[in-house]
Amino acid sequence: MSKPQCFQELILTLQQYWAGQGCVILQPYDMEMGAGTFHTATTLRALGPNPWHAAYVQPSRRPKDGRYGDNPMRLQHYYQFQAILKPSPTDILERYLGSLEAIGIDTTLHDIRFVEDDWESPTLGAWGLGWEVWCDGSEISQFTYFQQVGGIEVEAVSGEITYGLERLAMYLFDKTSIYDLPFNRPDSDVPLTYGDVFLQNEREQSAYNFEHADTEMLFRHFADAERECSRMVERGLPLPAYEQCIKASHTFNLLDARGVISVTERQSYILRVRTLAKACCETWLETEATKPATSAAGRAA
Amino acid sequence: MAEFLLELRSEEIPARMQTRAADDLRRLVVDGLKDAGLDFSDARAFATPRRLALVVDGLPVARPDVSEERRGPRVGAPEPAIQGFLKGAGLDSLDQAEKRDTGKGEFWFAVMKKKGGPTAAVLPGIIDTVMRTLPWPKSMKWSNGTRLWVRPLQSVIALFDGNVLTGEVGLAGTMAPIRFGNTTRGHRFLSRGDITVAGFADYVAKLRAAHVVLDPAERKRIILEGARTLTDEAQVALKNDEGLLEEVAGLVEWPVPMLGTVDPQFMDVPPEVLTVSMKTHQRYFVTTMPNGALANRFVVVANNVARDGGKTIVEGNERVLRSRLSDAKFFWDQDRKITLEERLPALKQIIFHASLGTQAERVERIVKLAGEIAKSIPGADAAQVEQAARLCKADLVSGMVGEFPEVQGIMGRYYALGERLPAAVAEAIGDHYAPAGPNDRCPSAPVSIAVALADKLDALVSFWSIGEKPTGSRDPYALRRAALGVIRIVTENRVRLPLATFFEHADLLDFFAERLKVQVREKGVRHDVVDAVFALGGEDDLVRLLARVDALQSFLGTEAGRNLLTAYGRAANIVRAEEKKDKSLAATISGPPDVALLELKEEQGVASALEEAERRVKPALETEDFAGAMQALARLRAPIDAFFDKVTVNVQDRPELRLNRLKLLNQIRATMDSVADFSKIEG
Repeated sequence: MSKPQCFQELILTLQQYWAGQGCVILQPYDMEMGAGTFHTATTLRALGPNPWHAAYVQPSRRPKDGRYGDNPMRLQHYYQFQAILKPSPTDILERYLGSLEAIGIDTTLHDIRFVEDDWESPTLGAWGLGWEVWCDGSEISQFTYFQQVGGIEVEAVSGEITYGLERLAMYLFDKTSIYDLPFNRPDSDVPLTYGDVFLQNEREQSAYNFEHADTEMLFRHFADAERECSRMVERGLPLPAYEQCIKASHTFNLLDARGVISVTERQSYILRVRTLAKACCETWLETEATKPATSAAGRAA
Repeated sequence: MAEFLLELRSEEIPARMQTRAADDLRRLVVDGLKDAGLDFSDARAFATPRRLALVVDGLPVARPDVSEERRGPRVGAPEPAIQGFLKGAGLDSLDQAEKRDTGKGEFWFAVMKKKGGPTAAVLPGIIDTVMRTLPWPKSMKWSNGTRLWVRPLQSVIALFDGNVLTGEVGLAGTMAPIRFGNTTRGHRFLSRGDITVAGFADYVAKLRAAHVVLDPAERKRIILEGARTLTDEAQVALKNDEGLLEEVAGLVEWPVPMLGTVDPQFMDVPPEVLTVSMKTHQRYFVTTMPNGALANRFVVVANNVARDGGKTIVEGNERVLRSRLSDAKFFWDQDRKITLEERLPALKQIIFHASLGTQAERVERIVKLAGEIAKSIPGADAAQVEQAARLCKADLVSGMVGEFPEVQGIMGRYYALGERLPAAVAEAIGDHYAPAGPNDRCPSAPVSIAVALADKLDALVSFWSIGEKPTGSRDPYALRRAALGVIRIVTENRVRLPLATFFEHADLLDFFAERLKVQVREKGVRHDVVDAVFALGGEDDLVRLLARVDALQSFLGTEAGRNLLTAYGRAANIVRAEEKKDKSLAATISGPPDVALLELKEEQGVASALEEAERRVKPALETEDFAGAMQALARLRAPIDAFFDKVTVNVQDRPELRLNRLKLLNQIRATMDSVADFSKIEG
């Protein structure tokens, strides 16, 4: 594939590249979440002994980051591209650098650096070590070797690569505002920018996140999700349980953006979500999916 | 003699860990060689982002058998002693030990034979120890293994005398081990394929050919020289920054300094903000103009030789900086539309600490404290102190500090200046976090001193009140730094402040005492001198306390001082010895001696010298003339010496005389101890 010319080609190129590396290309998880890491394809698949190679785009929502479309570099809804390779292959960095070549970053022209950046998600009870990857001083990806998820030490280590797509695209297409990014090719019949597609959404959703979300309802949703999650954990159904955990997490983020959670309460809400995540992960580990694979395919990997 | 070369190649090692890791590698290997009884001439370790390397020169190819003897316990000693001996000597039972008569009885002896052999057989064990015990600040496992290292390990060169050592680094789990070899890789982008090396010189040369400079010191030199050439051409000066240089040298294997330009539209943003952006966020070196002001040039150090000569890299870096600085400029323009005063209500929304309320409440406390403190600071205008204290935290709710927390205080100063508030108020806002460390500048203007002290004392008093005191390793609220800040401000400006009046908890003063002790010891003051002054207790005026320490230290440096100390020691020793024999004695001899019982003129001499000394010491202490007080004590020496020459203290047949003489000696001690606790001084 030739060098991407617009935002959607960046996504297509990355999908193509990681498909070529043997990843299953998944579609986004159909729920609101703060980052690609929340996808079951990362959080749950990072646990247990079985190999797993996957890549996907995940729309990510951070209600607090909303700027009503006024800030050229910050959004409350944006895209992450995520690749997860478990166990991490010994040449994973070379594979990652291959993806940069694929999207048109020529390493004979640019300065690529791996700068220490450890990752931690308090709500998922997860942490790992790795780097942020710099290209000519600009952060273009994050790279993490997962060590713990849901408070559980991983059995096999996943290498997780996250591309912040808007930021990367701004770098590739030399734009200072996200909204000016070409979404499709500028020479299309109907050339559309990122702003054409999302500006209105940023304005409305920012207003919702900061001003209009019904907090009483959100508190209720949080409590409901928490209860439902525990109920599903008791029934040994970690996937439905985990969806409720994702829901609780996003509801908490909305409440946080509405400014109705004090600093002290904040910590206790994070803890409550972590407790759910932990219970889901533990239940997940009791399921067949995390027993050593006995199929021919499993053995081959 | 032979050479040992070790390289542990991994994925990118965090810059901040490299120097320490190289030192640890060298230490562990050197310790291992010593334990094995192997001499060598030199051991050097190096680090780059992708490797730790070590070379040991002058090792013997083999070492001879050696035997070592160890004496154990007496024959027939209790079982635990025997067991301890066997364990220490590595023996299974006494059958393997020998009985020997040493002339002082029969003892067990262990003769331990250490088998010699080829050095090459010892080295793999040392490598194994390194792999297991090198203390990375954070380490991780990877893939299917369970081995811990800073980042995934990729290859190991282990060469001794030109030959690859037999061995491997196991990765555990289901992973294949990494076998010792003689190959490595060069630069990640400027070199392809494996490099085979025959020894250290070959290794260094081939790495260089593969665009890797092994020695961090050389990388630093290349960066500095390259940067200077660039800045000279641009007629600006490179701002020296050893910490940044160290970090940047740890981010590159092949440093290529390049000169970038800051878009002129950003140059009216405060230089501190520009510097944070360039230095902290981007790891650029900043430059200055001949007048000392920040120049619009920066040096970025790339890790690549680009085929366009670096044009793309410089442009890319300039672009990143532009986007960071447009943020900063946006905030700079927006923030100045609102006054600091108008920002105050927003502080009610910011929690300082769950148990200590909001920043607004903290500000109220600081205002009150600063007002109290200002009374002890000549020249501190009460209204200005109040205003500065009230506004000192207002910039926390500005856009700039929200985005660049590093410039808190600094921005408040700019905003205050922009509002044409009194200069002393603006400076106090800018200074109130200082000093941030031992090398940071210390506030010296009266208003600044009051607010900076109030900020720190409030933190200390508040956290103390909720039981959040620092422990050995944990000091999350940087209270040690706050206490050291108070100490520096008070002592450097000679602020006469009765600290204890601000403390509700007595142990907070002890905390200060501990910090102060550490600080004066670091400045080379004798620890016993410090102890002698601190033992007096109850002193909360740090200026006075340090004046006393200084006076005592210089007094003890003189002959008069040393002689007096000897005399004091004799008096104190006798009293102490007698007190030991008779527990009730201390109470009996605490009063002044009975003049009528002073029979000998040497006794009378000491008594009148004491009287004279007391007469002089008291006013000297009151006027804080500690040197004068010490001089007054020095006059005691001759009468005391004469006393010891002629007078017997422990007269057996006249107990009333003995008691009176002990009272006299005790009074010498008491008089001298009113100046400093001389019993703490080590001869």
